[in-house]
Amino acid sequence: MPGIEAQACLPFERPIYDQLQRVEEIRRALRALEEEMKALREEVPGAPPPPEAAKRLPEIERKHAELSRESKKEEDKCRALTLEVFGRLTPWERVQVARHPARPYARDYFERVFDDVLELHGDRCSGDDGAIFTGLARLGDRRVLLVAQRKGRDTRERLASNFGMARPEGYRKAMAKMRLAERFRLPVVCLIDTPGAYPGIDAEERGQAWAIAESILEMCRLEVPLVAAVIGEGGSGGALAIGVADRVYILENAYYSVISPEGCASILWKSRERASDAAAALRITAADLLHLGVVDGIVEEPLGGAHRDVDEMARRLKATLIGALEDLDGVPVESLLRSRYRKYREIGRHLFAG
Amino acid sequence: MGQSRAGKRETPTGLWTKCDGCSAMLYRSKVEEKLDTCPECGEHFRIGGARRIAITADPGTFEEFGHELKGGDPLGFTVDGKSYGSRLVQERKRRGVNDACITGFAQVKGLRAVLAAMDFTFFGGSMGSIVGEKVALALETARDRGLPCIVFSSSGGARMHEGALSLMQMAKTSAAVAYHRTGRAPFISVLTDPTTGGVTASFAALGDVIIAEPKALIGFAGPRVIQETIRSELPPGFQRSEFLLQKGFVDLIVHRLDMRDRLAQLLEYCL
Ligand SMILES: [Zn+2]
Repeated sequence: MPGIEAQACLPFERPIYDQLQRVEEIRRALRALEEEMKALREEVPGAPPPPEAAKRLPEIERKHAELSRESKKEEDKCRALTLEVFGRLTPWERVQVARHPARPYARDYFERVFDDVLELHGDRCSGDDGAIFTGLARLGDRRVLLVAQRKGRDTRERLASNFGMARPEGYRKAMAKMRLAERFRLPVVCLIDTPGAYPGIDAEERGQAWAIAESILEMCRLEVPLVAAVIGEGGSGGALAIGVADRVYILENAYYSVISPEGCASILWKSRERASDAAAALRITAADLLHLGVVDGIVEEPLGGAHRDVDEMARRLKATLIGALEDLDGVPVESLLRSRYRKYREIGRHLFAG
Repeated sequence: MGQSRAGKRETPTGLWTKCDGCSAMLYRSKVEEKLDTCPECGEHFRIGGARRIAITADPGTFEEFGHELKGGDPLGFTVDGKSYGSRLVQERKRRGVNDACITGFAQVKGLRAVLAAMDFTFFGGSMGSIVGEKVALALETARDRGLPCIVFSSSGGARMHEGALSLMQMAKTSAAVAYHRTGRAPFISVLTDPTTGGVTASFAALGDVIIAEPKALIGFAGPRVIQETIRSELPPGFQRSEFLLQKGFVDLIVHRLDMRDRLAQLLEYCL
């Protein structure tokens, strides 16, 4: 993960990062003082400090204590500021957090959440899509099939993953590996992070709609537990294609939508500039989706967003996934499928009463 | 999420109408006789759900179900002060239907089936909770009665005014297809102009047999979105029925005048 300095920060994060910078400067000064104190104390190990050091040491110690207090104060200020900014994020700002250049991607969770990850390539039909990862993995003491949408941090990775936009072969690969999971009774864990399925000529030529539809149908009838989590962007049918599951979670600042806010704005508001209006109207935030019954739970992000503490985010995600699988342990296939059917059959019904 | 093309109106008004395929001036009753296709060039004009049922079912055999289903505005979706809820009420009054899909029992050349027909004139035929519900209901009802199900699609995709709930209709209807497949009767999906987005990418692409009307626009992404993405012109005929047949995603293309015959023929083979 890039450090704070390397991160392109979002406009509304600016004050937080300025404050972080101040904290970092103070910490640097503290470290310098500590070095100095250490050097003075250790000039002659065991022996009393030389007269010059004896004169300077108390002075430095006083400065250090003072700076420590200031550091604590500035850290508190930083925390308060982050709480303030992230406590009132607009839906459109959340979309930007979900697309943050430093946002942890599926790959960042691989080693933190899973062990022994073994990638399996190819759709056995026409290719191997870099936008979707499939492979075997260990999650706690379970063996699972991991299906994850990929994004890239640098240009090479971005091109390899087509900016997270899968082609039909990606969905066909996911489907093929899910059948493998079913055969060996492995539960399936899907990490969703895509702006949408790729809208290109080649994708259409190879049946993008068909691949998505078939993947959705396959997940409706797959005879093993399915758990999915939207970790960043849940872009429309391209996300749902690996998103039909017995338990669906979403990270606090991730979003899941039928259309991108920009796309919706350009159709209904006749201007992409109105994306923030569209983001609000579409109810795409985690809390809204929980209310709508589209997701089963929210995974809280560390203060300031998942990118501020990836390890902690990964711990929470791991606990959620394991909890969900524990929940589904021992459920007979028949009732698993029946509840999955009812879940999607009845989604949103409570909002249409009358 | 698509928009209607100018000139492809559902019902041309007046005595005469102009074909936007060949520009011929056509006598309306002649067009109707040809089931809303051009007698000169064969262009298929868009038709609504009720008309579709009327030209598909044997006279007097259609028994509608699910007509009482009526949606609301679950998100309170408002564009520049105008709410989706109020637009729904307005559209219902204007079109005389509750939503963009009509479902019921019927006979096609004496063969019983469940029919569903989508209506592009109602919110672009988009699939919200009611359309999803009715398609699922059609498939479930057909399965429970051992009947084939024929769905005519005509849709710009998911109805964005219902947000992620409309996205979930893709899962709902696909699950219903999976359920229908547990029986032995066929599900015939008929793709008409246009069928795009979340409708194509769910039940419409999942037919045991997939039929397309000639020259219908069929795809996942709309042509405009693709053009914006790749920043170049699309090849001629791209995303049309004939293109999809050639790429292997459609089983057959059937002229509207032959549709009843082909459907009956298929039903006889599959039952
Ligand atoms: Zn003509």
